[in-house]
Amino acid sequence: MRLLTHNMLSSNIKGVTNGFPLLIEAEKVLEKPVDFNPDFLRNMFPKIDWKALVGAAKAVGYGELPDAADSAMLDSDDFLRHLHHALLQLHLEEGALVCPETGRRFPVNKGIPNMLLHEDEV
Amino acid sequence: MPSKIAQIRLVGSHFEVYEPCDDSFALVDALLADLTNLLEHKPKLCMEVGCGSGYVITSLALMLGQVACGTYYIATDINPYAVKVTSETLEAHGVHAELITTDIASGLEKRLTGLVDVMVVNPPYVPTPEEEVGCDGIASAWAGGENGRSVIDKILPMADKLLSDRGWLYMVTLTANNPSEICLQMREKGYASRIVVQRSTEEESLHVIKFWRDSDRLLEASETGTVNKIVPTRVIESLLSHFPGISLRRSGNSKSS
Ligand SMILES: C[S@@+](CC[C@H](N)C(=O)[O-])C[C@H]1O[C@@H](n2cnc3c(N)ncnc32)[C@H](O)[C@@H]1O
Repeated sequence: MRLLTHNMLSSNIKGVTNGFPLLIEAEKVLEKPVDFNPDFLRNMFPKIDWKALVGAAKAVGYGELPDAADSAMLDSDDFLRHLHHALLQLHLEEGALVCPETGRRFPVNKGIPNMLLHEDEV
Repeated sequence: MPSKIAQIRLVGSHFEVYEPCDDSFALVDALLADLTNLLEHKPKLCMEVGCGSGYVITSLALMLGQVACGTYYIATDINPYAVKVTSETLEAHGVHAELITTDIASGLEKRLTGLVDVMVVNPPYVPTPEEEVGCDGIASAWAGGENGRSVIDKILPMADKLLSDRGWLYMVTLTANNPSEICLQMREKGYASRIVVQRSTEEESLHVIKFWRDSDRLLEASETGTVNKIVPTRVIESLLSHFPGISLRRSGNSKSS
């Protein structure tokens, strides 16, 4: 699972009001090269929750993102390269996503998060 | 540009995962038939609900290209084995989609709202007793409950939520699903529709329907200088005439949403 996908996921348990961002427990993180496309990053930037991305990147051991970002930074090649790496090249391969409100763990195996709920959670 | 699709010999399999079948081929054929439009549309985010073996999402990724072409893919399935097989199929073709084991798009509804430019769905559409819907094992791949509509009727509101202003939905339906009623329901939510592929086999008659927001359509029309609010109505009527033996339940004048 890429961190861009993590940025789109929230806890879906019934009654949870504050299910985003899911905390990351990382057991195994992979890096896979992806073609650099600045336009893709510029398109995605407004949709990203920055704080969640910075937290997720830190949780998988990547500390190169600034704590705050604004669209003016999209002119910087350096910034774009870091954003590219964080959003697309880092994969949470094994671990879990944890609901910030209830502590419920959603396992991630072979890079695939399992968001299926138990009957009493729907 | 030669448009490649997934190769059957590279598609993974598992005894509890739906193998590519006539409906899967019809959906991919519909995407191929609409490929020129899709390439022009330049979707940033494509999503498949119920990816099964991964045949469809892999084909779409091969047709439209990956991040280098500006496109991101997400696929879900309720069956963990299906998601795993999809990852094998994607890998065998050298493409990537983000995979999530979940019920329709549960967990994505909050943050993915309004971001999906293309959604493809080959849902479980076979009329079955309601108990069979969503049960463990391969039956949940086709079991659609009453009129085969149980899962479809949950997917459509989610699609409406997730699709962007310029979002398109391609969905497989069976005649028993009452596709014309589905089109009318979607029209009430502001979508126009057309049949992209129609196919009859011995057992079933399949339609792949494309839905898109009407504003999109008006925009297209305004570009060619022929804005005409009547158009969607006429489109739906000609569409309905394609479904044999269907009672026209009209829902009054078109609402502007
Ligand atoms: C008819 S199969 C299509 C598989 C594949 N897309 C294809 O075209 O070959 C339907 C798929 O939807 C999945 N499915 C059924 N109910 C679902 C749900 N509630 N949420 C997500 N996927 C579901 C099934 O597991 C199955 O893989």
